[in-house]
Amino acid sequence: MEEVKLMKGNEAFAESVIRSGCDGYFGYPITPQSEVMEYLMKEDPEVKRTGMVVLQAESEVSAINMVYGGAGCGKRVMTSSSSPGISLKQEGISYIAGAELPCLILNVARGGPGLGTIQPSQADYFQSVKGGGHGDYRMIVLAPASVQEMADFVPLGFDLAFKYRIAVLILTDGVIGQMMEKVVLPEPRPRWTEEEIIKNTPWATTGKTADRERNIITSLDLDAAKQEQHNYKLAAKYKLIEENEVRCEEIQCDDAEYVIVAYGSAARICQKVADLARAKGIKLGVLRPVTLFPFPKKEIHALAQRVKGMMSVEYSLGQMIEDVQLAAGGTLEVQFYGRVGGMIPTPEEVLEAVENKMVKL
Amino acid sequence: MMENIISPENLVYTKTKLMTDKALSYCPGCGHGVVHRMIMETVDEMGIQDKTIGIAPVGCSVLAYDFMNVDMQQAAHGRAPALGTAIKRLMPGKYVFTYQGDGDLAAIGTAETIHCCNRGEDMVMIFINNAIYGMTGGQMAPTTLEGMPSSTSPYGRDVARMGYPLRITEMVAPLAGVYNCSRHSVHTPAAVRKLKRAIRKGFEAQADKKGLTFIEVVSNCNSGWKKTPNDANKWMEENLFPYYPIGDIKIDGKMVA
Amino acid sequence: MAKIKGTIVVDKEQCKGCEVCTTACQFKCIGMSKEVNGKGYRYAISVNDDCTGCTNCAIVCPDGVISVYRAKIDSQ
Repeated sequence: MEEVKLMKGNEAFAESVIRSGCDGYFGYPITPQSEVMEYLMKEDPEVKRTGMVVLQAESEVSAINMVYGGAGCGKRVMTSSSSPGISLKQEGISYIAGAELPCLILNVARGGPGLGTIQPSQADYFQSVKGGGHGDYRMIVLAPASVQEMADFVPLGFDLAFKYRIAVLILTDGVIGQMMEKVVLPEPRPRWTEEEIIKNTPWATTGKTADRERNIITSLDLDAAKQEQHNYKLAAKYKLIEENEVRCEEIQCDDAEYVIVAYGSAARICQKVADLARAKGIKLGVLRPVTLFPFPKKEIHALAQRVKGMMSVEYSLGQMIEDVQLAAGGTLEVQFYGRVGGMIPTPEEVLEAVENKMVKL
Repeated sequence: MMENIISPENLVYTKTKLMTDKALSYCPGCGHGVVHRMIMETVDEMGIQDKTIGIAPVGCSVLAYDFMNVDMQQAAHGRAPALGTAIKRLMPGKYVFTYQGDGDLAAIGTAETIHCCNRGEDMVMIFINNAIYGMTGGQMAPTTLEGMPSSTSPYGRDVARMGYPLRITEMVAPLAGVYNCSRHSVHTPAAVRKLKRAIRKGFEAQADKKGLTFIEVVSNCNSGWKKTPNDANKWMEENLFPYYPIGDIKIDGKMVA
Repeated sequence: MAKIKGTIVVDKEQCKGCEVCTTACQFKCIGMSKEVNGKGYRYAISVNDDCTGCTNCAIVCPDGVISVYRAKIDSQ
């Protein structure tokens, strides 16, 4: 039976983690996402529910390396943090990418650079989709725009992570993390048994048995020719993901003459902007990328061929706009509107930007 | 006459099958190979190959997984204890050991080391201390002795400017999570046998969920010290042992007086 | 009277000629070859019949290249 609850985004996420058959959470407190670990500790799934391990590490660095260790054993493991903590995790994420380990990472982003602010921000876009750590790699990046998606993207994220042996990042902000909304919680699914892990992840370090060679989890290859082949193998995987896993939502785009591209909580503000614009006779639609990598290039390209204007709205100085412009090609010049430092634009000021920057041009 | 006794029933020692056939990448005379073999002999004798997960560091022993025939993970620099923690927590029925050098364990990974020890994770931490960064070409380590030259302390370690050599083993020993803590060497047969007993004790302690066993091995770096292996071992006895004394520091949860 | 006799077999291609075994042997049974192996190292060899098969050399050998055999031999 459907279980409808009123929950904070961070708490719905945490509850969904327990229900997703997660084996281990490793984290370190940071605002605005501490509710995730607080909720998990209070629920105490290790003793009271599924047996899932919840551990407060000594640092974000340690936490992401615990994720590496757990993922290397074929376990469903995850961590969560906010921007400065995600920066600390980049080394570990790069190693996870190199060793092709599946895991889930939540970033409830805040304003930067540096310690910045605890208010919402989308300034971690580049870090998330371009590879925040060293080396050529990608993560699958999911951008929820509701408490419901915070819950839904946990099982989806784990499934994608194991399908491709890749880190899946859920990129959100304090708006989604902190707000309360109605949410239908996902059906609980059991953790994998030892036998299922051996079957599903034959590469994992589960203990060398007589019937197989030893398994090694590493991101090192001192032979440049072999390392190059490994890089090509990763590239093929990322290409496959770009072909198969693009997710986006088109809101009032069918008859749109103008389109805003926005993700996460910014896309929700822009839905209101579309309503306000249409009341004034401006046919405005919103394209919301749900996956930031893979990016909805084809969808944006198609829209760019038939609309009069396109604008990227972000809580940043302009990051996603680079991908929007690349996807649009040379057919039109993509406009930009953004607020930064933890400031959230009102629908009215975005509408003003739509009128001034896009419609009047 | 000698040929007569070379037959399987008279074989009293040979390299354990849990060491792979791959030639060790270490310099001639380096202690790493002996420590690797003592761990694998322990795993072999306990019959726990299918239950053992090892963790290799960054440093000379980064390729330890090429030589030990058990499932292994290779950690980012200094993070082996974090990996070990997760592996043990998620698979409490397995045996976990980490293998790290002085730069990995006592410099970049100090936080991971101390907190893993403090949580009392049921695992064995092996710490190879040769007072130098071997793989990167002989730079100063946290454990480099006062006055000891290295490529980044070419005039000898000046403690006023470079800090003092760190006895991290003495630091972690009093932590409540540490069940056994001892310092060893592998340059004499007796020392090697003692080390193996300590490893065995550590593996048994983790099965009994007693806490963490921390084992330091003061070892040589012939290339880094620019000495022949036997001269290096002699230099180690004369110079490293006074500062890093060999012996038990904590046994069965009790500090050794 | 029975006597304990031992001997060693060295994997000469894997030996790196570090000579740690030579100091570990209390009976001075091990020396280094005049020839070099494929890697260019002089390798450990048995130089007399005094080996008791105590295994000390093999235990300290970093590369695990020494196998030790031991048997009781009746001496006339």
